[in-house]
Amino acid sequence: MKGFLAAVGVVAALFVANALFTGAFGASLAMSPYVLQVICLAGINIILAVSLNLINGFTGQFSIGHAGFMAIGAYASAFVTVTFGDRLRSILSFLPRAGQDGAILLAALAVGALLAAVAGFFVGVPSLRLRGDYLAIVTLGFGEIIRVFILNIDAVGGARGYSGIPKLANFFWIYLFAALTIVVVYRIVHSSFGRTLIAIREDEIAAEAMGVDTTRSKVISFVVSSAMAGIGGGLFGHYLMYLHTNSFTFIKSIEIIIMIVIGGLGSITGSVLGAVLYIALTEGLREFSQYRMVVFSFLLIVIMIVRPQGILGHREFASFLTRRRRAPAVPPAPLEN
Amino acid sequence: MALLELSGVTMRFGGLVAVNDLSLALEPGQLYGLIGPNGAGKTTVFNVITGVYTPTSGTIRFDGSGIVGERTGRITRRGIARTFQNSRLFGDMTVLDNVKVAFHCRQQADLPAAVFRAPKHSSEEARVDRESRDLLKIFHLEAAAGERARSLPYGSQRRLEIARAMATSPRLLLLDEPAAGMNPHEARELMDLIRWVRDHFGMAILLVEHNMKVVMGICETVHALDYGSTIAVGKPVEIQSNPKVIEAYLGGA
Repeated sequence: MKGFLAAVGVVAALFVANALFTGAFGASLAMSPYVLQVICLAGINIILAVSLNLINGFTGQFSIGHAGFMAIGAYASAFVTVTFGDRLRSILSFLPRAGQDGAILLAALAVGALLAAVAGFFVGVPSLRLRGDYLAIVTLGFGEIIRVFILNIDAVGGARGYSGIPKLANFFWIYLFAALTIVVVYRIVHSSFGRTLIAIREDEIAAEAMGVDTTRSKVISFVVSSAMAGIGGGLFGHYLMYLHTNSFTFIKSIEIIIMIVIGGLGSITGSVLGAVLYIALTEGLREFSQYRMVVFSFLLIVIMIVRPQGILGHREFASFLTRRRRAPAVPPAPLEN
Repeated sequence: MALLELSGVTMRFGGLVAVNDLSLALEPGQLYGLIGPNGAGKTTVFNVITGVYTPTSGTIRFDGSGIVGERTGRITRRGIARTFQNSRLFGDMTVLDNVKVAFHCRQQADLPAAVFRAPKHSSEEARVDRESRDLLKIFHLEAAAGERARSLPYGSQRRLEIARAMATSPRLLLLDEPAAGMNPHEARELMDLIRWVRDHFGMAILLVEHNMKVVMGICETVHALDYGSTIAVGKPVEIQSNPKVIEAYLGGA
């Protein structure tokens, strides 16, 4: 019940914020379109970073193919709205305009997430036998294969890019899914299943010896992570109204990895912080014009030298507020027999 | 019928025969010691039983069914748990979570239940929490439940390894040098604990150990290996006076 009330509260707050930012309460309260766009892209980055953290941070499997799954979600869901959008809208004509938009977006995102999950499964099953660098290379390769494959599908624009996607995503939907991603990942990590993921990260051989079906756990976390990336991609396409495969190169995967590494691998709040910081830095450094990426890279190096474990490390933000006192040393208790 | 039965198990790594034609049988509830000088193949025997290696030849039967070729996780779920010679704890997880991980293989509620926080999930989590704390209490680790496993003192880490293996509710527990690196006082305490655990939970224990006081003190049967081959099997007193065993440890006269 408490959870339900909290959910209603979040939805209502997002709804009001969305109305406020877009100027429904007067243009003077509206946010500049540039700032709003940056905020929305930050939200999509949060979805991508938190979901990638499930596989890279919590399960400890180094994947660099996240942009590929994002691309599948983006193109699949855009294809649904472009092709079936009008038909869906006529079926949903009894709903108000915003309701129609939302329902079509949800249907499209569901298709995108499903296809990304299926791709995650087929990439995950063979490649998750590999470890470390080998897994990284294979996922990198799969990510690029997906991108080049989409580039050659003429039905979604091919090299011209995919245009004509209706703008169905906005601040409300993006942050609703960001919140959902955070809640789902949090619950997965703080569950019996989630403990098996962290155990795999810590010591895969020991995890297997403790009866964990490590392959199954890894594949599930990979599939869930891919589905979430698919949703992130779907929102991305429906926000910018245009897709091009150049947005989904391995550079994009690396960007997401940078977000979770600076935030702290294995920390959900760290991923959120990393995603926001990443976009804040890249946008905030625009005044350095041509030196922008130099300054940005320098800052990354400084962060990694000062805090190699990421800003939050393995910990969550809340654990810094409630300072944990160290338990006093306990003398060894005598043994009972 | 024997709980665990190895017959003619041979493990070859290229030209090296690590385990040669090994046969042994463990009865339920038995405390069975496996000894031998360094490199005798003791840990390899563990790795073969738990499916880390597939033996070159021979059969392994657990509770009547052959387990050769099965994955480690599957074998653990059948009821064989192990500890490692060099602790392999989940270092960054808490002591309590280390034990909880091992409970997972006996749990029902899966991912959807966790995501939707189903009542089944919550009640099971509460049960696992209780049982994990009970196990920690037995191994005198309850005060450290919230600590990271990495930060535990060495002796406690060794005990946590056993507690974690126990959480899979095994019928056979394989202990790989549990007393390694312990001082005589700790080793004696551990010995009492192992015996108590066996009596209390009634599982069979296969023990690899270098500390002869520990082995001779608690095992009912001792099996001596040298260069992968069996050189003697018998009661501790018989093994202690067996000339072949003495020769293997001290060298021929």
